[in-house]
Amino acid sequence: MALAEKASSPLFYLRAQTQWRPVEIAFWLAVLLPYALFPNYLSLASQIAIAGMFALSLDLILGYAGIVSLGHAAFFGVGAYTAGLLSKHGWGEPVSGLVAAAIVAGLVGYATSFVICRFRHLALIMLTLGFGLLLAELANSLGWLTGGMDGLQGIHTWKLLGYFHFDLYGYTAFGYALAVLFVVFLFARRLIHSPFGLSLRGIRENFVRMPAIGAPSRSHIRTIYTIAAAIAGIAGALLTETTQTVSLDSLDLSRSADVLVMLVLGGAGRLYGGLVGAVIYMVARDQFSGIAPQYWYFWIGLLLVAVVILLPNGILGGLAKLALRGSRS
Amino acid sequence: MSAPALAARGLAKSFGSLVAASDIDIELPQGVRYALIGPNGAGKTTLINLMTGMLRPDAGRILLDDADITALPPDQRVRRGLVRTYQINSLFPHLTALESVTLAVCERSRAAQTWWRELSAYPREIEEAYEILCTLKLESVCYRLTRELAYGQQRLLEIALALATQPKVLLLDEPAAGVPREESTELFAAIAGLSRDITVLFIEHDVELVFRFASRIIVMVGGRVLVEGTAPEIAADPRVRAVYLGKTVNKIAAPAAGLPHE
Repeated sequence: MALAEKASSPLFYLRAQTQWRPVEIAFWLAVLLPYALFPNYLSLASQIAIAGMFALSLDLILGYAGIVSLGHAAFFGVGAYTAGLLSKHGWGEPVSGLVAAAIVAGLVGYATSFVICRFRHLALIMLTLGFGLLLAELANSLGWLTGGMDGLQGIHTWKLLGYFHFDLYGYTAFGYALAVLFVVFLFARRLIHSPFGLSLRGIRENFVRMPAIGAPSRSHIRTIYTIAAAIAGIAGALLTETTQTVSLDSLDLSRSADVLVMLVLGGAGRLYGGLVGAVIYMVARDQFSGIAPQYWYFWIGLLLVAVVILLPNGILGGLAKLALRGSRS
Repeated sequence: MSAPALAARGLAKSFGSLVAASDIDIELPQGVRYALIGPNGAGKTTLINLMTGMLRPDAGRILLDDADITALPPDQRVRRGLVRTYQINSLFPHLTALESVTLAVCERSRAAQTWWRELSAYPREIEEAYEILCTLKLESVCYRLTRELAYGQQRLLEIALALATQPKVLLLDEPAAGVPREESTELFAAIAGLSRDITVLFIEHDVELVFRFASRIIVMVGGRVLVEGTAPEIAADPRVRAVYLGKTVNKIAAPAAGLPHE
């Protein structure tokens, strides 16, 4: 009796929801497969890990707090340039480069969050788009700092932990990107299972009701927007450090759109949606651009339309539904 | 005599040429069960919106426990104990009942600021949420998504969310709206069973429920307070009778006078 009571207790129930599931462990083991199966695609695999982290940061604001952003590349770009500039001016240590990028991108996120938290819906989309464009053009015009259209020259990333050289085949780069992704993921997972994460879901579910239960929604939004900006900055810095280049595309509107597409493909609000979406998007891009280099966006467009119509909660949402049906029948 | 739990002084609000509230002066003493009645469009919900800060008044002041809260945003009024529910369910469809109430408890206890510890590290908050659900007899459905709950259960969850904030003054906007008669009595019994430390004001159209569960009544007409008094005073008031013409007059008078009605 006592045991049965304990098993159905609210605490037990909530704790069970946050436990690691076998499919999650399988996922994290599977991400190591490229080392064994596709050693020639390691640089693509690092790009996927970076895109996945970027999509995860967008998921924190879009999927959990319902903040639609079309300017998320701004933070990715700020992170990328922070790491690039540090390296160019003589500090190429990779891990501290990530930390610096997180701080700078987080500060930019924090500053803009005061405006962001006051708007919803279309106004928010336009505001984030506007901020993104502002920053991209600012980087373009500050050629003395950013290298303008030519990109930043002279970036050299030091050995990782003073030992692992960033080799041509991308062994180190992929391992580094995966390790950082995993740490960031653990952080995000903890965050969404926290009381704060529950509040974010409340904001997404019913923004109007939140003040009526005494919730300071704006302050919650400022916090998560800052955190998401910092993570996007880490992703940008990782790209700089592993490719040893930064260009204006890191801030581009199309990067903001791409990451949104990845998240929608994978499924927003599911923690793994951004990661799965990044894998599908990047592999599809790689394959389609092999078929017809100029038109590969056609296929991405087709994929996006098909997923949004057929699987409104993304590919993971569709799979979850299927699994539920399987377990009920 | 102690200060009123909640008071409005000269409250006014217009939407263009429509006067929704005009010169409203009310005082709710501690622990009283108040009913707010009046015909449709009398400004009852507007009054709740003004008190809770969802609307800004054009003029007047709102006092909670003698402190002026007129300038405070809604969430800070809730933190000070002035809490409302909604006439139309305003819930979190994809959260379970337990998660919804836990969310409200965590916001009150400030646990909701924490993003580096898991929710299960807050057993007190979770236990409290569960207890609130138990007092409203919702424990059997507490792991169900809100949108899967029966309508009457969703109405109770509205109240559960409000209770989770530990209110001093609870403003219930037609808590039994859309609930069948037999369930609405049950729902009001739950409201009547709330701690006497909570001052309650509810909007309700069912006159029988009003007279059964309210100790005092405020009648609003056309954005003004027509009259305020005890149930028998209201039932006997000729101005109230004039507003509620026809058979409603008997409905008001009969239960209050202890007479069988119709």
